Amino acid sequence: MQSQRFRTRLKTPPGLRPADRSPKNSLLSMMTTTSTQTGIETRGVFKRLFELVFLNTVRREPVAGLSAQPGSNGTSAVDRSGWLIRIGLVLLIAAAAMAARPVLADETGNPLDLLRQGSMSEREQAVEQLAADSANLKLLQALQDGKLFELKAEAKLAIGLETQTGYSLTDPISGASLGEVERGAVGKINLNNKLRTLLRKAIGQLQLNHADPAVRLGAVQAMAKNVDDKALALLKDHLDHEADAEIVAAIRSVLLLQDINSPDKSQRVNAITTLKEFDSQDAVNKLQALTEKDADGNFVEADSDIRNLAEAALIKIRGRMQAYAAIETVFFGLSLGAVLVLAAIGLAITFGVMGIINMAHGELMMLGAYTTYVMQQLLPNNLGTALILSIPMAFLVAALVGIAIERGIIRFLYGRPLETLLATFGVSLFLQQAVRSIFSPLNRSVATPDWMSGSWQINDFLSLTWNRFYILIFCLLVFTALLQILKRTKLGLEVRAVAQNRGMARAMGIPTSRVDAMTFGLGSGIAGVAGVALSQITNVGPNLGQAYIVDSFMVVVFGGVGNLFGTLVAGFSLGIANKVLEPYAGAVLAKILVLVFIILFIQKKPRGLFPQKGRAAES
Amino acid sequence: MMISAASTPEGGASLPLTGEVDARHGPILYMEDVSVSFDGFRALNHLSLYIDDGELRCLIGPNGAGKTTLMDVITGKTKPDSGSVFFGQTIDLLELDEPAIAQAGICRKFQKPSVFDALTVFENLELALKTDKRTWPTLFHKLNGEQRDRIHDVLQTIALPAQQRQLAGALSHGQKQWLEIGMLLMQDPKVMLVDEPIAGMTHQEVERTAELLLSLQGKHSIVVVEHDMEFVRSIARKVTVLHEGSVLTEGTMDEVQNDPRVIQVYLGG
Amino acid sequence: MNLQNLTQDKTYASVLLALASVTILIPFCNLIFPEDSALHFSAYSVSLIGKYLTFALLGLSLDMVWGYAGILVLGQGAFFALGGYAMGMYLMRQIGTRGVYGNAELPDFMVFLNWTELPWYWYGFENFGFSMLMVLLAPGLLAFVFGWLAFRSRVTGVYLSIITQALTYALLLAFFRNEMGFGGNNGLTDFKDILGFNIQSEAVRSVLLLMTGLSLIGALLLCRWIVNSKLGRVVTAIRDQESRVRFLGYRVELFKLWVFVFAAMLAGLAGALYVPQVGIINPSEFSPLNSLEIVIWVAVGGRGTLYGAIIGAVLVNYAKTVLTGLMPDAWLFCLGGAFILVTLLMPDGIVGLLRRRIKPKPTLNATGGQPA
Repeated sequence: MQSQRFRTRLKTPPGLRPADRSPKNSLLSMMTTTSTQTGIETRGVFKRLFELVFLNTVRREPVAGLSAQPGSNGTSAVDRSGWLIRIGLVLLIAAAAMAARPVLADETGNPLDLLRQGSMSEREQAVEQLAADSANLKLLQALQDGKLFELKAEAKLAIGLETQTGYSLTDPISGASLGEVERGAVGKINLNNKLRTLLRKAIGQLQLNHADPAVRLGAVQAMAKNVDDKALALLKDHLDHEADAEIVAAIRSVLLLQDINSPDKSQRVNAITTLKEFDSQDAVNKLQALTEKDADGNFVEADSDIRNLAEAALIKIRGRMQAYAAIETVFFGLSLGAVLVLAAIGLAITFGVMGIINMAHGELMMLGAYTTYVMQQLLPNNLGTALILSIPMAFLVAALVGIAIERGIIRFLYGRPLETLLATFGVSLFLQQAVRSIFSPLNRSVATPDWMSGSWQINDFLSLTWNRFYILIFCLLVFTALLQILKRTKLGLEVRAVAQNRGMARAMGIPTSRVDAMTFGLGSGIAGVAGVALSQITNVGPNLGQAYIVDSFMVVVFGGVGNLFGTLVAGFSLGIANKVLEPYAGAVLAKILVLVFIILFIQKKPRGLFPQKGRAAES
Repeated sequence: MMISAASTPEGGASLPLTGEVDARHGPILYMEDVSVSFDGFRALNHLSLYIDDGELRCLIGPNGAGKTTLMDVITGKTKPDSGSVFFGQTIDLLELDEPAIAQAGICRKFQKPSVFDALTVFENLELALKTDKRTWPTLFHKLNGEQRDRIHDVLQTIALPAQQRQLAGALSHGQKQWLEIGMLLMQDPKVMLVDEPIAGMTHQEVERTAELLLSLQGKHSIVVVEHDMEFVRSIARKVTVLHEGSVLTEGTMDEVQNDPRVIQVYLGG
Repeated sequence: MNLQNLTQDKTYASVLLALASVTILIPFCNLIFPEDSALHFSAYSVSLIGKYLTFALLGLSLDMVWGYAGILVLGQGAFFALGGYAMGMYLMRQIGTRGVYGNAELPDFMVFLNWTELPWYWYGFENFGFSMLMVLLAPGLLAFVFGWLAFRSRVTGVYLSIITQALTYALLLAFFRNEMGFGGNNGLTDFKDILGFNIQSEAVRSVLLLMTGLSLIGALLLCRWIVNSKLGRVVTAIRDQESRVRFLGYRVELFKLWVFVFAAMLAGLAGALYVPQVGIINPSEFSPLNSLEIVIWVAVGGRGTLYGAIIGAVLVNYAKTVLTGLMPDAWLFCLGGAFILVTLLMPDGIVGLLRRRIKPKPTLNATGGQPA
């Protein structure tokens, strides 16, 4: 279930990445940069994450080199077998195409020379020859874009990118750099219309036959933007060979959209009834156009049957769009909830289990976020690795600070919650100012590794951002880990024992003060880990913690103090409530409404959603 | 202004006065078929208990028998899952909250002496004084001569006239117990619920407490919860034994002590 | 009465004397002596001291709820800000046509937002009497509604503290919104005059200081009368043994509510006196940090003593003025340190320390209490 965009972006060499960030980036430039690398797309996202983080040096080198042997470089050993099968397929298709053509006498001549020096008709022949081998795709695209030049002195062809003084040249086949030349040293290879048509067909065909499905899909999408009979014929032909379901669907969609304009009514009816099952913006536009009126108030579409069908299809698609919107809202809500839960489960330990009000909890998160920043500064070339390493580091840093707070301050204040609140608030001010003095009062930027940026485009109407998706998963992992620690480990047993009956625990030989420190350290460490997650979605600055402290207390109290599951449910439901309200009330008002709701809720049920029961809770 | 307006519907003015308690048919306190459970644990189990007007009743029972929970139910601290609790014939205690029940004339001494440490002995009694207890009248309240006399009477009764200007926090444990009993007296209650009154007292103090409680019966209905059997024997006419949340038996101290079930509960376990 | 009350009376007397002299002497020195005189107080110091006195009033209000009723309110600043906004609205309406857009009816920011008429909740604020009523009623009403809900359902201790913090946080977010009609981010400012007098003039500043001083003295006396009344004793009793008070027949929630609303109104008054002296009110007054600072003033001074709150507020704010001038970075360290040290080492604040020095044996659990 990966999107084309995600895959393509992953394989883009590092140098080109910033320019390619925009969702509507140039398809061509993407294809040129990716053409030498072949698919690893069948593997799961997580495997890729792992590879990119731990094997990225291995993977990136060949991409950056882009060197001598077209077609065989840029693949790691892992990919080679799959790649071989693919190239075999391509060769087979190419051979079939060659066999269908009459053999020409001058085919033995070098097509590159023909292209360079020959007449227009000779160039046509050259293009047709070159079109037989997918290795020439880049050359043909350059030709089409007017970027193919004759290097006069050396009598050879080169792809030229205009610079301030002249052109920087690369070899059209190998992609190797040929240095920079002045403007006068090269001559552009000219085209005529016939040649252009031919080129477009050739490129389309080459791309459609390309081993990488991402390139093939790109080709289909490019053709869909500017459909003509030849392209349609190409696509129809290709449909039979295509194995990738996504591409088949894309081609069918293009064909069906064309069928709507067909003179044959049954074909139109068929197209509309089929298209209503497609989640495609193009289909919506096309169907919409069928139902509209022109300036005079007459329907654009004369046939009322078609109009009614289009209306019905639109209703169907819109219904699905609403469902997608709902899914998206829930997803955003869950991801916001995940952030809240991450911020709150540390508190659920310190406040819920130990009964300590730690107002510096937000600052412990802030420390976690700054740890991430520092780690990225230490490993500037491996942002992803730095992020992964930040998780244990942030846990350690925050846990140590937490233990210091507990040993230094809180243990003198057990049983005096209001005093604890004030003293830890002092700590929070202290930490804030410390960070301000050490780093800067300004926000620091923590980079998002590539595998976390971008989004998962499920269809035209639904795309989910990766960083939120990872945070959601991360939240669940942390939660499960914490639950396991409390349930399975000795520390967990001791923590629960001390929480339930301190005196009895001590009588049984549990070192309660050590357990207190460890528990507080655990809660604080989780705050630090939450900070790592926060660094990926918000600014890292001295005020980071302040923004979350009220929210996280609300989550704990709403869920029921001392109940980890309550915290989870409360976090997610508040997150979803926030996102559901947002479209109606705006972000700020939604937040206010949620706060007011919680204030009222606590007054109705002071012990939260899942109160602890029994006589112990009475006291 | 706003506050007094808000206090009227819930405030003391609408509450039944003590004089209205209808105890003509004998019992002043009815508990019928009362059950309370905490998280699966049945603290009270279909308990029925009747206290007569002016009676001094002792409640005994092993730990966890439900004695404190019973007091919680009568004073409104805990709402029972089922059953009914009436004060006299007409006042349904389950419809009232703690202050309303207190103003109706049921007062309670806690197991742990709870007096106001930061206030003087005199002030402790003053707060307990039976008077208009809404906010604004309290703000402007001035003691009149009669009320002052009443406080001094109670100070005499609880033997603390010399300590009246001392902070209650400085009193001994036994003195705090008396002060709390004194606070009960200040409220001129119909029913006094007294939870473990002699804990921490010296022998002399215990004797005085027994005298005090005996002198109060008749004027007030008194329910005493106590573990000290000797003390119970010295004051009780009628003893009720609670076990596992319901009444095991009732009778004089001798009857109760010879009841094989009671012996079983206390000794056989 | 007893020794303790006598020493208390003495301290009260000296605090009142100090307040009265500040209130009278400073405006006097500012107006009478020429600027080059050694006895002259600059306009800057006049408004600075005026500001301290409003903070003292605010601290006093918190001491009523926290020190006596044991309710640690982490949103007292919200009531202060509401009072300030009520005053600010009056001052905005006084600007009239002298605003940048010259609109007689609408304040500049509304013209800027293309509003065509005054929102209904701005009606009446051109009238000074009505505005002063709102200075008390707006915070009072909020405290009443909030407190009624909270105390009735017996939300206590840290839960209550946290929801009061959430309350002020929610108000902070709300007042940041332009749609609220209170000037959004920028708040209300550029005031021209008050009751027809130029708000910038030295005479008006001195009068404002005088008014603040008198309000503070009045409030201190009123608070003292309240805490020494039977209601004050009930409230103290609630702080220490809430359920016992309930079993004595008092409606605990109504007493708490009474003190909470009273303190909110006092804080509103402080806010109203603060705004004309500093010339601006904006949503940052609602920030939870501000409310926590109030808590530290009272804690430093010594809670449950009334005058301790005044001493604490003035001292902490003086330290803030000095420190933020000298070493801006050090202020939060000091504030944070103060929170930690006061709670750990001097739970009764400066007043507690002084008392211990006078009478080595600490006789008072009274002011320390165990509010939980």
